[in-house]
Amino acid sequence: MEESSAKAEQVLENVLETVLHFLTSRRDRNAASLVCKSWYRAEALTRSDLFIGNCYAVSPRRATGRFPCLRSLNIKGKPRFADFDLMPPDWGAHFSPWAEALAQSYPSSLRSLHLKRMSLTDGDLTLLSHSLPLFQDLLLTSSEGFTTAGLAALASNCALLRVLDLVECLVHVHDDVVDWISSFPDTHEHTRLESLVFDCVDCPVNFDALERLVARSPSLRRLRLNRYVSMAQLHRLMHRAPHLTHLGTGSFSASELDPEPDYASAFAASKSLVCLSGFREIWPEHLPAIFPACANLVSLNFSYADINADQLKSVIRHCHKLQTFWVLDSVCDEGLQAVAETCKDLRELRVFPVNAREEIEGPVSEVGFEAISRGCRKLQSILFFCQRMTNAAVVAMSNNCPDLVVFRLCIIGRYRPDAETQEPMDEGFGAIVMNCKKLTRLAVSGLLTDRAFGYIGTYGKLIRTLSVAFAGDTDLGLKYVLEGCPNLQKLEIRDSPFGDGALRSGLHHFYNMRFLWMSSCKLTRQACQEVAQTLPHLVLEVINSEEHKADDIGILYMYRSLDRPRDDAPKVVTILH
Amino acid sequence: MDNSLRSYEKELNLEATELRLGLPGSDQKRSIVRTKKRSSPEACEELECMSKGNVNSNGSDVTSDHDQDNVEPPKKARVVGWPPIRSYRKNNLQQKKGQEGEGEGAGMYVKVSMAGAPYLRKIDLKFYKSYPELLKTLENMFKCTFGEYSEREGYNGSEYAPTYEDKDGDWMLVGDVPWNMFVSSCKRLRIMKGSEAKGLGCL
Repeated sequence: MEESSAKAEQVLENVLETVLHFLTSRRDRNAASLVCKSWYRAEALTRSDLFIGNCYAVSPRRATGRFPCLRSLNIKGKPRFADFDLMPPDWGAHFSPWAEALAQSYPSSLRSLHLKRMSLTDGDLTLLSHSLPLFQDLLLTSSEGFTTAGLAALASNCALLRVLDLVECLVHVHDDVVDWISSFPDTHEHTRLESLVFDCVDCPVNFDALERLVARSPSLRRLRLNRYVSMAQLHRLMHRAPHLTHLGTGSFSASELDPEPDYASAFAASKSLVCLSGFREIWPEHLPAIFPACANLVSLNFSYADINADQLKSVIRHCHKLQTFWVLDSVCDEGLQAVAETCKDLRELRVFPVNAREEIEGPVSEVGFEAISRGCRKLQSILFFCQRMTNAAVVAMSNNCPDLVVFRLCIIGRYRPDAETQEPMDEGFGAIVMNCKKLTRLAVSGLLTDRAFGYIGTYGKLIRTLSVAFAGDTDLGLKYVLEGCPNLQKLEIRDSPFGDGALRSGLHHFYNMRFLWMSSCKLTRQACQEVAQTLPHLVLEVINSEEHKADDIGILYMYRSLDRPRDDAPKVVTILH
Repeated sequence: MDNSLRSYEKELNLEATELRLGLPGSDQKRSIVRTKKRSSPEACEELECMSKGNVNSNGSDVTSDHDQDNVEPPKKARVVGWPPIRSYRKNNLQQKKGQEGEGEGAGMYVKVSMAGAPYLRKIDLKFYKSYPELLKTLENMFKCTFGEYSEREGYNGSEYAPTYEDKDGDWMLVGDVPWNMFVSSCKRLRIMKGSEAKGLGCL
């Protein structure tokens, strides 16, 4: 009797595991793991993709202990505000303990690693390249600490390397630069490379080796070059790889005085191109070369190209299929109007400033912003830097673009009111949270009172990420948000007058959040200590500079963690408990 | 338009000549400072320098309209990490701004194209001292002749004429303006057919 019920249980477990193999959504998996112990075990055995939103939320040992068969791992380290030099450079997010754990636990299963805002060493990369024979895909975003030596190790040792994508990383290139491109085994055999992105590796590459590498990589579809690759060299590479789908053009300028090849025909021959980026040192007269590719483009990144309205217009009028567009504000409102006229399918727009000064008039404004809202009704994501804006334009966008999921407006002048009415920008952002019912990410700016936060708390029910700077009047502002937004996961606030009372109002919610960042606000150490004691699974890191009085809080970075607080913090970090 | 009015008013320095009740030397407006306390020292520095069109928690304007002129913080004070642009992006743009033209030191490279020719050439304008030198080079480069230049008739009579695009985007005949002015305003050169160039002149 006992034996048959044990067998029945085993059958059930097998069935469960088989079924769970098909479950890919991590939210579903997390839910399944909470049902009971056997579901927890089955889920752990069958999870192949692990996402860790905060590298300090769980120790490597706990993660590898629970999930024995990982194929892919995605880890995020520093909070986003670290990108803006708000954190000490040696703050943490070291990958080494993870590298060691992965090398030990997953030598025959791990194929893919995606790291964001982590600090890796060449040693880490070398260890991985030696320990993971099946390793295929490495995607490093906004990470730093490694050099070309680490890249060379990957190139030499990872025979199955398929993806090597380095996005906006800080690669140290000043001493002892290694010719890492030459480290790919130079044989007659084909490589497995599908994607090679190295535009952030800011040193010259061995072009001959690169050309040979591309020539023997028939699966290569994504290639993003750095600014040391000239147009003539680009032309040769495009000739070698006519099936590219994603191309980063490198410098897009020519340095020779010789006659130049026909660039336009290279772009015409690349019939699969859907994504163009690069243009790192653009010579605008070369722009017509890309015209033949424009009609197929789904994504275009001009955010390093200082071009004017006319130059943009000549390109954009061909880009009817464009869905993602990144650009500099040098194209002016006129350029944005041209985008609005042609790109009816636009989903994501980012407009970055060439000149980020607060007191200038600025080349883009509410005029271009509103034009975009009228022309691009399917817009889902916008990041817009400007020196002037009006509530009317923001309200217009809230009405014209109801599908917005991400709304990030950065009025560069701090505390800048509506440029026409001089009113606070409360009503504009209020309209966004009211009318854009799918909104999950919001960044606010300009002159904002507690009223704006009242709107956010009342209407922003789906918001997961909120970014606040130089805004609000009293604790009420933050209270509205902490009490009103049940899905809030990531809250980053700087230079706003929110204090202890506001902090306490979030106690019921902090365990549901990935992190809270508050810098240059009105918190006291005592209140933070109270929170640390009340919620023992929260880690409260306080970072003060020398000028701070002992009781003040310079930066509070607070996050939940399953394990003890980290022991790798630099001296400037105090962990409260 | 509003902004130019404001900057004009700033120049007039109306504040200095304004008639007000109160002791001389006391500037009421400057003492109205944002009440939000901030702990970073740079921020405190700015607080003392700024006087702003401000809204207090009642939503009413505390200061007069005139204060709207002084909303911007002083240019010197810079806030760490604001605006929120990644240093990676900032560094990349700065690199570009450091380059004038083609980045080869003080060279002034401009593109030269010719009607009907598939190839573009480039020359360094700083290399030449005068129009005759430049024109001779172009004639050699493109195997053509320009004939005599006259102010009235341009390069009349020759098959080709050298033209250039200036800073304003207008196409001009090479030779119409003094050499130095030409060098500083020429963005690119184009050798047009004589008939094409007829429409151009001193614009």
